[in-house]
Amino acid sequence: MLLFNSFLFCGFICMISQIILDNTKLTPGHITSLLVTFGAFLDSFSIYDKIIKVVGGGALLPITSFGHSLIHGALAKAESFGIMGIFMGMFDLTATGISAAMICAFLAALFFKPID
Amino acid sequence: MRNTKYERIANNHKAPEKRLQNASISFFSGGLMGLFAEGIIQILCMMFGMSRVDSATFMIVFFIFLASLFTAFGFFDKWVTKLKCGLLIPITGFAHSMTSSSMDYKREGFIYGIGSNMFKLAGNVILYGVLSAWFFGMIRYFMGGIG
Repeated sequence: MLLFNSFLFCGFICMISQIILDNTKLTPGHITSLLVTFGAFLDSFSIYDKIIKVVGGGALLPITSFGHSLIHGALAKAESFGIMGIFMGMFDLTATGISAAMICAFLAALFFKPID
Repeated sequence: MRNTKYERIANNHKAPEKRLQNASISFFSGGLMGLFAEGIIQILCMMFGMSRVDSATFMIVFFIFLASLFTAFGFFDKWVTKLKCGLLIPITGFAHSMTSSSMDYKREGFIYGIGSNMFKLAGNVILYGVLSAWFFGMIRYFMGGIG
């Protein structure tokens, strides 16, 4: 059931962004920024956590989950450290994604030449 | 007068955009990506006895690694033109933009080429993610929803 739900959810988000891309003048950069903001908005009232419980891995893959994990780590640290915790815990959960992407990108640029 | 005539002729000769087809293609490709993600999580849980959180981290790193590798080999851009947004909206698009910008500026050197241009395309995601997470986090904090 989780497999089917993640197919539907991930496909739905990609379809919506494709429709926005086709019918307006927004570029993929605008759309990813919008989706990250949307994910952070959804998690500020813990809606995205419920979506992850129902959908599973399909909700962790789109870029909305990036915004979700930013605010999730920030709020988890804010519980114990007060208002400074929002700054401290911001990258707690997304650090794996960002550092993995940076290391992979650097290694790829080191060993490969761009093909035109 | 001339302008409107020109626009009419230009519109007649424009290639028709297949919006419905694009939308359904990106629905299926994005859905397949989500299916693989959930499948990898379940396989890791069953075969190695990991918790769901650990296997989700492994899954994300695995997808980022694959996206960087395929961008380096040059397949990824061809797949994006075929599969549309299904590859750009998941985390693979993020890894793809970082890898391609750092590969493009490789010839300008390590510091001013790769170092300063790595986040050229992916920086907007991080900036607006942090900004909105800070904003909504402050709202949530002052509403007293936590702790």
